[in-house]
Amino acid sequence: MTQLDPNTERARIIKGRNRALALVLFSLAVLFFAITIVKRMP
Amino acid sequence: MSTAPVQPIPLPAEWRDFWSLTKPRVMSLVIFTGLCGLLAAPGSVNPVIGFVAILCIAVGAGGSAALNMWWEADIDAKMKRTANRALPAGRMDRTVARDFGIALSVGSVLVMGLGVGLLAAAVLAFSIFYYAVIYTIWLKPRTPQNIVIGGGAGAFPPMIGWIAATGDITLMPVLLFAIIFFWTPPHFWALALFIETDYAAAGIPMMPVVAGHKSTRRQILIYAVLLLPIALAPFLLHKTHWLYGLSALLLGSAFLLLSLRVATFRTPVNDADMRAEKRLFGFSILYLFALFGALVADRFILG
Repeated sequence: MTQLDPNTERARIIKGRNRALALVLFSLAVLFFAITIVKRMP
Repeated sequence: MSTAPVQPIPLPAEWRDFWSLTKPRVMSLVIFTGLCGLLAAPGSVNPVIGFVAILCIAVGAGGSAALNMWWEADIDAKMKRTANRALPAGRMDRTVARDFGIALSVGSVLVMGLGVGLLAAAVLAFSIFYYAVIYTIWLKPRTPQNIVIGGGAGAFPPMIGWIAATGDITLMPVLLFAIIFFWTPPHFWALALFIETDYAAAGIPMMPVVAGHKSTRRQILIYAVLLLPIALAPFLLHKTHWLYGLSALLLGSAFLLLSLRVATFRTPVNDADMRAEKRLFGFSILYLFALFGALVADRFILG
């Protein structure tokens, strides 16, 4: 089995975490937007 | 000049490790029962608010699961079933897991309060506190009744779902709470009977380890007997129609029959002989899904 370079592995993990975090933050923004619209409806 | 070898910097935890901290499989049951509580409640709820309520219940459950894993990392390392989790396997720092759990818990309660209602948020906050502190930290390592108490934590989601839809606590959400509360001991003790060695190795006072098989089997039967009238109560009190009543009767009878087989097992046991316990454990999951599914079907089909 080939050993991955730790720096490459670290960069891959951080990239994955950043993407997941971006997705969560974007989803939260959409969610708050939707809640605001619903709450303002008569 | 120092000649000590340079320690490699440990790799950070992957996003999958954070995801696994939330116990996704447990979360699926939480989402299902929470959704059933929401859908079975009278009146109608805005789909966005309903989605937010279920999301908050799920995230709150994930947060308390992360706090549970943070606290129990040492115990998990001693059990075969849990030794490969992110914390005992050393893929994640314990404080990171703790902070992640706190962030999810606080975030879910805040969003529930702002988006759905204060009562639902208060009950969600209490359910997280109940699971993470009262159950995990305080009572689980101290008493063989830990599963009975822990059942309370798992029983909150349908109640919160109902409160999110109605803004009120009435008899029906209390009955939904009671159903899961009385369902949990036979469900977990059936599991504990066939993975007893794991709990014994970790020093957790599970009922089969402390009180023995005979007492555990008898208590499984007692809870199964109590569960039947409690599951039938919504029908007997005219809160549901015949569809739910019939389902509760059939499912409860099967549950009782399987529990009776576990309770009357007399011969010496080993792992290979645990068929009745494994069958009860498997059926108990089906029971809960089918019972709550029937509750929602009853409301939508028969009004």
